[in-house]
Amino acid sequence: MKPIAILIPILAAAVAAQQVAQPSKDACIECHTAMDGPIQQPALLIKDDIHMANGLSCADCHGGDRTSDDPTVAMSTAKGFIGAPKRTAIPQFCARCHASPDFMRRFRPQQRVDQFELYKTSVHGKKLAAGDENVATCIDCHSVHDIRAVKNPQAPVYPSRIPDTCGRCHADAGKMAKYGIPTNQLDQYHTSVHWAALQKGDLAAPNCASCHGNHGAKPPEVASVAAVCGNCHVLFAQNYDKSVHAPIFSAASGGGGCIVCHSNHGIQKPSTAMLAGAKAVCSGCHEPGTPGAKTAGQMAQWIDGLGDALKHSEAVLGEADKAGMEVSEAQVRLDDGRDDLVKARLAMHTFNPDEMHKPIEAGMAIADETLRAGQQALHEKNVRRVGLAISVFFIAVTVAALWFFIRRLEASGSGRLEPSN
Amino acid sequence: MATNAIQWLDNRLGLSEIKKLADHKTVPVHSATRWYYFGGITLFLIGIQIVTGTLLLFYYRPTVAEGFDSVRFIMTRVEFGWLIRSIHSWSANLLIFVAFIHMFSVVFTHAYRPPRELTWASGIVLLGLMLGFGFSGYLLPWNQISYFATKVGTDVAGSVPLVGEAMARVLRGGDDVGAATLTRFFALHVMVLPMITAALVGMHVLLVQKNGMSTPPWIAADRVRHIKFFPNFFLRELMVWYGALAALGALAALFPWELGIKADPFASAPKGIRPEWYFLAQFYTLKLIPSRVWIFEGELLGIAGFGIGALAWALLPAWGVKRSGEVRQRLVTGAAIFVAAYLAVFTALGYFK
Repeated sequence: MKPIAILIPILAAAVAAQQVAQPSKDACIECHTAMDGPIQQPALLIKDDIHMANGLSCADCHGGDRTSDDPTVAMSTAKGFIGAPKRTAIPQFCARCHASPDFMRRFRPQQRVDQFELYKTSVHGKKLAAGDENVATCIDCHSVHDIRAVKNPQAPVYPSRIPDTCGRCHADAGKMAKYGIPTNQLDQYHTSVHWAALQKGDLAAPNCASCHGNHGAKPPEVASVAAVCGNCHVLFAQNYDKSVHAPIFSAASGGGGCIVCHSNHGIQKPSTAMLAGAKAVCSGCHEPGTPGAKTAGQMAQWIDGLGDALKHSEAVLGEADKAGMEVSEAQVRLDDGRDDLVKARLAMHTFNPDEMHKPIEAGMAIADETLRAGQQALHEKNVRRVGLAISVFFIAVTVAALWFFIRRLEASGSGRLEPSN
Repeated sequence: MATNAIQWLDNRLGLSEIKKLADHKTVPVHSATRWYYFGGITLFLIGIQIVTGTLLLFYYRPTVAEGFDSVRFIMTRVEFGWLIRSIHSWSANLLIFVAFIHMFSVVFTHAYRPPRELTWASGIVLLGLMLGFGFSGYLLPWNQISYFATKVGTDVAGSVPLVGEAMARVLRGGDDVGAATLTRFFALHVMVLPMITAALVGMHVLLVQKNGMSTPPWIAADRVRHIKFFPNFFLRELMVWYGALAALGALAALFPWELGIKADPFASAPKGIRPEWYFLAQFYTLKLIPSRVWIFEGELLGIAGFGIGALAWALLPAWGVKRSGEVRQRLVTGAAIFVAAYLAVFTALGYFK
């Protein structure tokens, strides 16, 4: 076979491959880019869109023929052009693909396809179905024409951006007025420990969607608040369920679960000041002097007592460590005491002093043990210095004795040899 | 009874010959006599290392699982274990420092000149062995700093041309620092290096005995006063040893040697990881050399430079003395000042930068 006969099919394949790799013509973007005003925007925004990155184009959502430069052909109903959907039709519009497992599998096999079903159960979805066009649809949260993947930090639904995305409507008093719901949630959330954690880069920290859901968003009802918090704070929820407060704060009793003490959007770092003192949340129900208030005071005293004891041990061990003493075993042991403090705070949510006293007792024993280790190390340090002083004294005496011995020895000329010449 | 016992031993060991030798050994007294003491201090510190090292061996366990904990046990549970371990570590550092002073004093007083070439050569090898003791002993507590410093150190050994890779593998006992490295370093530290050191120290001391104490070339040897080595010089040396012992005790009591945290091969290297101070000058020099110098790899060039420099230093008696036997005093003193200044400045830079 001649070499040319081998080359021709190879060249043909290369040319064909080149044609496949070339992006095909997109008249929608070409024409709309050349226009002015709002009609131009989609063509400018779409370069950042995840659909575009996955090989889809305007026509894949809006229909029409993207290969034709003639607007009457490109946007003809005969070519399937449907234009911009009505606001009430947006969820169905997106769901054509996003609710189709077969279609979505082509791009991401593990992609969920239940968003539309969830949306229909949400407050947003129900109101939209009832004809309220002011509620959020897909594009209000995910944006439109420049839709980015959730894991993209620029996406409005990226965990750290969700509060502001929800706040665009929910913090707007004008928009919320007709629904009669408060608009201070975002401000409260911005003071919370959850927001602080999110700000530090902990993307697992709860944002609005963590408690309210995203596509099926609705306020957690009283009965489910403990379950919502317990989603992350599992052991706290288990202890709370065993407590005397659980039935009292339940939905049946008109309570609010965890939020009775901790509030909801503006959750602060808990402290024993919540149990006892002027700002104690317990005092809202338990009058000072009552058994409940006394128990709360006792719990606060235990927690503070253990915290202080551990801190004192840590300081003494730190001092010994700084002096060069080996106290790493006691420092590691101190971690067990810190664990007991966490367990005590956890057990506090049973509101049963007996349950709580066990870790307090164990923690105090460790604080005591490590304190003794630190004090012993500091004592040992002093003993070493005294030992050093005594040793140096005896060495100095010996050296002085040697010096006098040598002088006496050489005074008589012993061992000194003068040069011969 | 005692006289009979001594007589019995003398008949068999020739003690009177040794006594005769000691009676005849003298030490010249001149302006540079004080430098003679540094050889003795080095020997004393080697003795301290043997004693404290042997005591540490009673409790130390050379495995990855137990190495760190056994050192901690020594420091916290064993009676005076903290003192033994701290003295061993401080003495190791002091030993290398004093050995360097001893070496430079030999160069500045030109004591390497014939017939003491072998004394010089054995001393240089002994200094290398001391550095080897330091490098191998550093890993034994198996703490974070020593683990990563050994990684860096064996990496440097691995970049030596041709034999480097094989050398690094032999040192590590594998591709990386691990359990095999620890047992190898332990074997080197307590068996291989001590055996070679014992033989060489014996040879070094014997040569000093054979050739006597050197007098600097600017002092007429036949015009200086001498003192007997035994007991006059020995008692003075004893005073210095006591001083060294007091310094070691003070360092151990006031600044106990740190244990650090247990090595974790999966942890990231601690910030600012660097070798022990006696390798800092070379370490800092390698850091300064660009990755590529003309057609050569920078690190390789640095290592080659150190190799050539060390060889030239070891061959000092060959180029520092003319055929006529006259010492090239200005050349050698100039070279020694340069080397000492380089080591001091680059060690300081490596430490503080």
